[in-house]
Amino acid sequence: MNFNTLLRHFREGTKDVFRNGWMSVASMLSIVVSLSLLGVALLLVLNLDRAADAVDKQVEISVYLNLETQQAERDLIEQEILDMPEVQDVTFISKAEGLDTMRETLGEAMVKGYEETGTNPLPDMFKVQVIEATTVPFVADKISALNDTHTSQPIYQVDYGKGTAERLFQWTQTIRVVGLLLVLALGVMAMFLIANTIKVTIIARRREIAIMKLVGATNRFIRWPFFIEGVLVGVTGAALTLGILLYSYFRIELVASDWSSALFTLMPLEDIWLWFSILILGLGFLIGAWGSTISIRKFLRV
Amino acid sequence: MAANQISGSDTVIDMQDVWKTYPNGTHALKGVSVQIDRSEFVYVVGPSGAGKSTFMKLIYREEMPTKGQISVNGFNLGKLKQRNIPLLRRNIGVIFQDYRLLPKLTAYENVAFAMEVIEAPRKIMKKRVMEVLDLVGLKNKANREPAHLSGGEQQRVAIARAIVNNPSVIVADEPTGNLDPETSWGIMQLLDEINFRGTTIVMATHNKEIVNTMRKRVLAIENGQVVRDQLRGEYGYEF
Repeated sequence: MNFNTLLRHFREGTKDVFRNGWMSVASMLSIVVSLSLLGVALLLVLNLDRAADAVDKQVEISVYLNLETQQAERDLIEQEILDMPEVQDVTFISKAEGLDTMRETLGEAMVKGYEETGTNPLPDMFKVQVIEATTVPFVADKISALNDTHTSQPIYQVDYGKGTAERLFQWTQTIRVVGLLLVLALGVMAMFLIANTIKVTIIARRREIAIMKLVGATNRFIRWPFFIEGVLVGVTGAALTLGILLYSYFRIELVASDWSSALFTLMPLEDIWLWFSILILGLGFLIGAWGSTISIRKFLRV
Repeated sequence: MAANQISGSDTVIDMQDVWKTYPNGTHALKGVSVQIDRSEFVYVVGPSGAGKSTFMKLIYREEMPTKGQISVNGFNLGKLKQRNIPLLRRNIGVIFQDYRLLPKLTAYENVAFAMEVIEAPRKIMKKRVMEVLDLVGLKNKANREPAHLSGGEQQRVAIARAIVNNPSVIVADEPTGNLDPETSWGIMQLLDEINFRGTTIVMATHNKEIVNTMRKRVLAIENGQVVRDQLRGEYGYEF
């Protein structure tokens, strides 16, 4: 194939998009709809997963120490907890700090009595964060067991919201599974939608291809403009989708930042736009290329 | 192509004992042997369903014979590889009753398509396409799409497309079948002129008046066999 012919294929492929007018619009729309469904599902699942992650992270283990526990033993315990492979971080909260927190959350009146008498009933404690939230109950048991290795029984109580945490994990797990199923279902739907569009195009193209072959066009000669046309329609559809989705996400992010808590924020747009764009445009390219290829393959044997 | 040459240089189409049976069991052709020479004009006549269309389709390799040998322009069609079919077709102009133009292309683009296929340089293409459009009398309608041309004009575009690459053979399957008598005569004059310039023409037709007026060689096919082969023959049927 010489260069002029290649140019010709690009020219014809581009012209074909316009020549086929409504058919191109219909194909493009079906790609926009399919990719939007998929894109929305993907963004939703990613954010749900992030939310579930954030919720999981909230679950930490509180390790209350006995009032008599001395500094040396305290440091030892801290090191032992830190050495556990599941543990990410350990924070020590002294009884004085505990009282400060109590004042902030429950109000001055609650702590006033204690401060006047100089008796602080709160124990020293550790806040333990684990790497994988689901290991919390296991790690809590492990920490409780530390008492057995110390003769002084330094740990008073280990608490992680037993029951509540387990229910929470179950719930976030469900969200993840449902989200994944959603993406799969919408992916299948998108494929059907596109396959159907292709089927309609095939019927429209059957005669044209037969004529081209009668004039002595080779398969490759026929295929090229179709391929370029398909890719153009696919990528344009993907670009439209991307515009709609990214702009919507941007607006939602603006609104969400007003009421979102420290607990959960949307995945920031600047973190996702690049790979999301590449993914959607890539899918558009593939759908267009694949669609045009299979829609004419059948008719090249004339 | 010398290896494919199985007949004398003046024979353009050579069929020897050609049989065609379709998968549904229909015997369309039963032992047809015909030779058509360079610059001949041949009418193929016969009742509907006698095998005329099969005969035409075999020439440009839309169908393969079940048995027998066919050679066209030196190509041995029995041994022609799938990927070389386009090469054969570039040397055969095909014209149909229903024109078969690409609906979304203009008259010019339809004709140019046949030249793009052979990767002709654009400059030469432009000149040649306008030349043949002029020849068929459609120079000033070059930018119209088929939908905006009359039946006769569409057939002229199809003829222009068929001759643009100077093929040695034109196969015309009832080219006047959809046209009124007056328009039909215009098309016939055009084909006669093309034939006069040296192109072989094989034309299937039901038009008695044309065959009996413009006297040429007549091949009559009935029931899958050639029953008559006359130079300057007559139509010979009452319908």
